[in-house]
Amino acid sequence: MSHKVIVPIGPYHPLQEEPEFFQLYVEGEKVVDIDIIIGYNHRGIEKLSESKHIDQVPFLVERICGICSSSHPYAYVLAVEDILGGEASVVPERALYIRTIIDELQRIHSHLLWLGLAGHFIGYNTVWMWAWKYREPVLDMFEMVTGNRNNYAMFKVGGVRRDIKDEDIPVLKKALDDLVPALGMFRGAVMDDPVIQARLKNVGVLTKEQAIDWCVIGPTARASGVNIDVRRDEPYGVTDKINWNVIVEKEGDIFSKTVVRILEMYESVSMIRQCLDKMPKGSIDADIQDIPPGEGIGRVEAPRGECFHYVKTDGTNRLIRHKVRAPSFMNVASNKVAAVGGTISDATITLAAVDPCYCCTERVAVINKIDNKKILNGWDLIRLSQEKTQKLKLQKR
Amino acid sequence: MDVRSAIKDKLGNKIIDWQEKSTRRSYFSIKKEHILETVKLLFHTLGLRFSIASATDMPEGLEILYHFSFDAAGEFYSVRVIIPDKAHPEVDSITPLFPGAEWIEREMWELLGINFKGHPNLKRLLLSEDWPEGEYPLRHKDES
Repeated sequence: MSHKVIVPIGPYHPLQEEPEFFQLYVEGEKVVDIDIIIGYNHRGIEKLSESKHIDQVPFLVERICGICSSSHPYAYVLAVEDILGGEASVVPERALYIRTIIDELQRIHSHLLWLGLAGHFIGYNTVWMWAWKYREPVLDMFEMVTGNRNNYAMFKVGGVRRDIKDEDIPVLKKALDDLVPALGMFRGAVMDDPVIQARLKNVGVLTKEQAIDWCVIGPTARASGVNIDVRRDEPYGVTDKINWNVIVEKEGDIFSKTVVRILEMYESVSMIRQCLDKMPKGSIDADIQDIPPGEGIGRVEAPRGECFHYVKTDGTNRLIRHKVRAPSFMNVASNKVAAVGGTISDATITLAAVDPCYCCTERVAVINKIDNKKILNGWDLIRLSQEKTQKLKLQKR
Repeated sequence: MDVRSAIKDKLGNKIIDWQEKSTRRSYFSIKKEHILETVKLLFHTLGLRFSIASATDMPEGLEILYHFSFDAAGEFYSVRVIIPDKAHPEVDSITPLFPGAEWIEREMWELLGINFKGHPNLKRLLLSEDWPEGEYPLRHKDES
């Protein structure tokens, strides 16, 4: 099998992040192999980071991802605070609460975004529209707290940059109250729908052993029965001072991944409510002046899994080394086992189930194993996937 | 299970130095010859999760840190390996032990020029195909 046939499909769009190119090798309907090619958006951020002042880096790493744009700066400041003795010993308590509020709000908006896209891929365009409709108030909450709908610029070493005003708290609580019935609607629409069950159960299965071998993290791991969550395992912010549950499912299929994400949104709503209630008054910034030489590791449970930052300092105001590992780096590679053996019409939703950014599927090309010609592009695959749901719907009538 | 004493016990004098930077962060150095044995112990015997590896161009050589997470206790173990030979840096690949390490070894290979012996698929991951051979973006120019 020659790997020389590379057909880039789909427009390169500057608004999309994380472009990946999946080359599926198919025999008839069946996916027999998959090549994952990444690097289209390699921006050299680790190198760039070495040329920035330690306090400028959060703004840089915030732009790694527009969806989990608080996870990267959070993991970075945790890494620097690790050198200083740990987040809890440095950061004022009120700032810890604000950090957790931002982190959990982000999880809700990211999971809603994924839910909408997953709905679109399997032909449930109503789910898509509704999920994104209910994501808007979450972005409004961000705008109210941080001044931005995305790239919040909240995190700094030693604290946060903006306080939550007292008069905003009732408005935030009202927005959360309004969100819960919407989540209930999705929960019912997804978990009780026989067509969605037929479409997502036993599809794209990642077994527990595979999940461990491929080192996957976040909802991808938790849906396969791997009970890990950085928020519980290595608490940061105030995740150890409030009550919440880690959601774990056993099946490892796409249905489980969906259930994990939907139920996690309920937990996040509850966490934010508790934070708003318990948040003490006080300073939000420790005003750190010097960073001693040393090395530190920061870990945050991003919506897609553990986000890892490693920094090394030499006592100056710049870093010697800054290593960033986003969760998708580990999760996307596992498609090599999750998608192979399935059918082409299940490929889009399987590749999307680890929640990479949606441009991934726009770079899909299907190659016929017999004559090596490209036969389907990304949009064809979405159409195939939607048609399959349509057929199932007719059968269930 | 106390992972910390299990590691110290099993590896014994193969550990060159052990640093506890905090209750949750342990760093220890080993010789590069012992990497496969160490990773087998951490990943397969003790069941730690491989989080990632990070490589740095240091004055004394190329340094690789293999980060392992013991999630049940929230502890993090980083294995340090220093490769002094910057002209021909080489270390055994850990990808044959478990597939989750494939991408990061490819990344370290192309960005720092470390050759991973026994890697099943050592090709470029992030850099474009027309990137010049022998140019390693994360090497520090003045020291090499």
